[in-house]
Amino acid sequence: MLQDILVTGLVNGGVYALLAIGFSLIFGVARIVNIAHTAFYMLAAYCFYTMLTRTGAGFTVAAIVSVLAVTALSLLCYRLVIEPVREHESAVLIATIALGLIFQELMLAAYGGNYLGVPSTIEGMVRVGGVSIPNQRLLILVVAAVMLAATWFFLYRTRIGLAIRATANDLEVANLMGMNVHRLAMITVAFSVGLAAIAGVVATPVTSIHPFMWLDPLVTMLAIVVLGGLGSLKGSIIGALIIAYVEAITVFTLPEGAHLKGAVALGIMVAVLLARPEGLFGVAFEEER
Amino acid sequence: MHRHILGIVLALAAPLALAQSTVKIAVLGPMAFVQGENHWAGAEMARDEINKAGGISVGGRKLMIELVRADTNEIQSVPDATNAIERVITRDKVDYLIGGFRSEAVLAMQEVAMDYKKLFLGCGAADAKLGENVEKNYDRYKYWFRVTPTKAPDLFRTLMAVLGNIAEQVRTSAKTDTPKVALVAEKAVWTEPIVKGLQATLPKMKMEVVGTWQPSAVATDVSAELAAIERSGADIVFTLLSGPVGISLGRQMGERNMKAVAFGINVEGQKDQFWQAAAGKANYVSTLDTFAEVETTPKTVPFVRAFKQRYGKAPTYNAATYDAIMILKAAIEQTGSTDADKLVPVIEKMEHIGAAGTDTWDKRHDLVWAVGKTTGIAVQWQDGKKVPFWPPQIKGMQPYKMPAR
Repeated sequence: MLQDILVTGLVNGGVYALLAIGFSLIFGVARIVNIAHTAFYMLAAYCFYTMLTRTGAGFTVAAIVSVLAVTALSLLCYRLVIEPVREHESAVLIATIALGLIFQELMLAAYGGNYLGVPSTIEGMVRVGGVSIPNQRLLILVVAAVMLAATWFFLYRTRIGLAIRATANDLEVANLMGMNVHRLAMITVAFSVGLAAIAGVVATPVTSIHPFMWLDPLVTMLAIVVLGGLGSLKGSIIGALIIAYVEAITVFTLPEGAHLKGAVALGIMVAVLLARPEGLFGVAFEEER
Repeated sequence: MHRHILGIVLALAAPLALAQSTVKIAVLGPMAFVQGENHWAGAEMARDEINKAGGISVGGRKLMIELVRADTNEIQSVPDATNAIERVITRDKVDYLIGGFRSEAVLAMQEVAMDYKKLFLGCGAADAKLGENVEKNYDRYKYWFRVTPTKAPDLFRTLMAVLGNIAEQVRTSAKTDTPKVALVAEKAVWTEPIVKGLQATLPKMKMEVVGTWQPSAVATDVSAELAAIERSGADIVFTLLSGPVGISLGRQMGERNMKAVAFGINVEGQKDQFWQAAAGKANYVSTLDTFAEVETTPKTVPFVRAFKQRYGKAPTYNAATYDAIMILKAAIEQTGSTDADKLVPVIEKMEHIGAAGTDTWDKRHDLVWAVGKTTGIAVQWQDGKKVPFWPPQIKGMQPYKMPAR
């Protein structure tokens, strides 16, 4: 059973991390709580499905078009919906909830409530320690690792990354130093939603596409980023692994309580927050900045 | 003088205006979802067939059927469902109600329908309480009849009958006297009595329950559950799933190349789109179902073929709204009246040979359970095709297949 828990937790943790790092990034550097983050993930999944099944495009073309289209849409949404109210955090929260619901209803109207699926990008499976792992899940794990490395490189090894971190540190000083803070916020939004879109494209083959598919990951993702420390990338990764392992342990040790795996994970989050309100790495992230 | 002329004209016109020329039937369902689509499609088939033949004969007159489409949105919101039924009764002035899907919503809609004494033929919800209400308070709830499916306890009887057949094949294929069964039931009210029944009954049927896994109804990933089930050495994965988790289970079992066979209730597995949604991985998944091109009754094959030709896909059980309208037609023609109070005793005594089965009702206005008549059928996905295999005595059934071991 131990090897089952180890392998299952690691693979599922990769999927969760892929979603959580984008959300954490946009909050950490732009202070935008984007509730519609997983709705963009849902849009990317629909776009990928449409490209594959209705245009006959290959996986690569479909993936690239989906990620670019959803990222472009996020920029439009940022300019029209988020930027005008960005100074008011509660207004941003409500505006992004509304965006998510609008996307949900649009997909419901366009595709109906049917559950859709796409074939795996990579067929087959491998056995590790007696546990079967489909290759698609390994691909997700690899993509999550690559995206984490790319995010780190972008933030810590590029001039734009330096500017974004400076803006996050002190918006007014960065503005006085001549940085275009609006442009930097847009770049952050684009990068963050791009990560969500990539998650949508690679994770779609292991899930079902439907208009409400953004709600479940939203709850899990919020639990992860709050557990890890809102805004901390390192915290998001650790948080994703903790939640995934807690879920795996719940399912393996308490089969009849499998539906409780989300509740148990959220319970762990609450317990951690009671002991450490800023989350596991909240302070560390503040110090890093 | 003018007042007198107007009075005479009105007196002459009144009987004409009051003479009913149509019967208005509300079709209640979640129209953005496959269940509502099938409610509506089945009703359209019946309406067009009846109207094309001249309508319903009542005392020398012919009444045309007019359908009112009511989107209950009940999968997402029960209040939306009660608002929808209230609207069709008070604003659209419908005569009869058919449809409904989610038990919680149908229970609420049943109350509204009974308040207005409207005949309501249910075509989707299985909760036993709907029928229990009729028995407990007949005068209030007598306007409710269940057309499909059978009530939840009878679904259990059907499941046991099919499982007995499958277990025999597993015994031969796996060379075991006591097949191991993993129960995978979504956490929902409707699954609880069935799970308890299975845990008590399967050992008596010489089957070992290796565990019960209860994922959320909306879970889209059951990889952890399947890893545990694989580890348990289960031969049969017994499913009680109505949500998207049914697709994930079928697909992920295929991806893992599991040797266990999945059988039970998998609502998503009843749909034509299931194979595509599961990316072609859900081979050998089987489920209870209602319609296939088999001779459940003489009306089944013509109905299924006509449905496929018109809508490009096979009907799901909710399309039994076709039967509901035919039942209404038969009752109205027999009584020569559209009065609900006169129709109720006629339907109670009726034996209706419909497209979904041969229906008779008990004192709860629930379908009387009988294999091959009201139980529906069982189907298995075999290489992209939904193949009917149970009850074997019905003409058109094909063999159940086991994965190679």
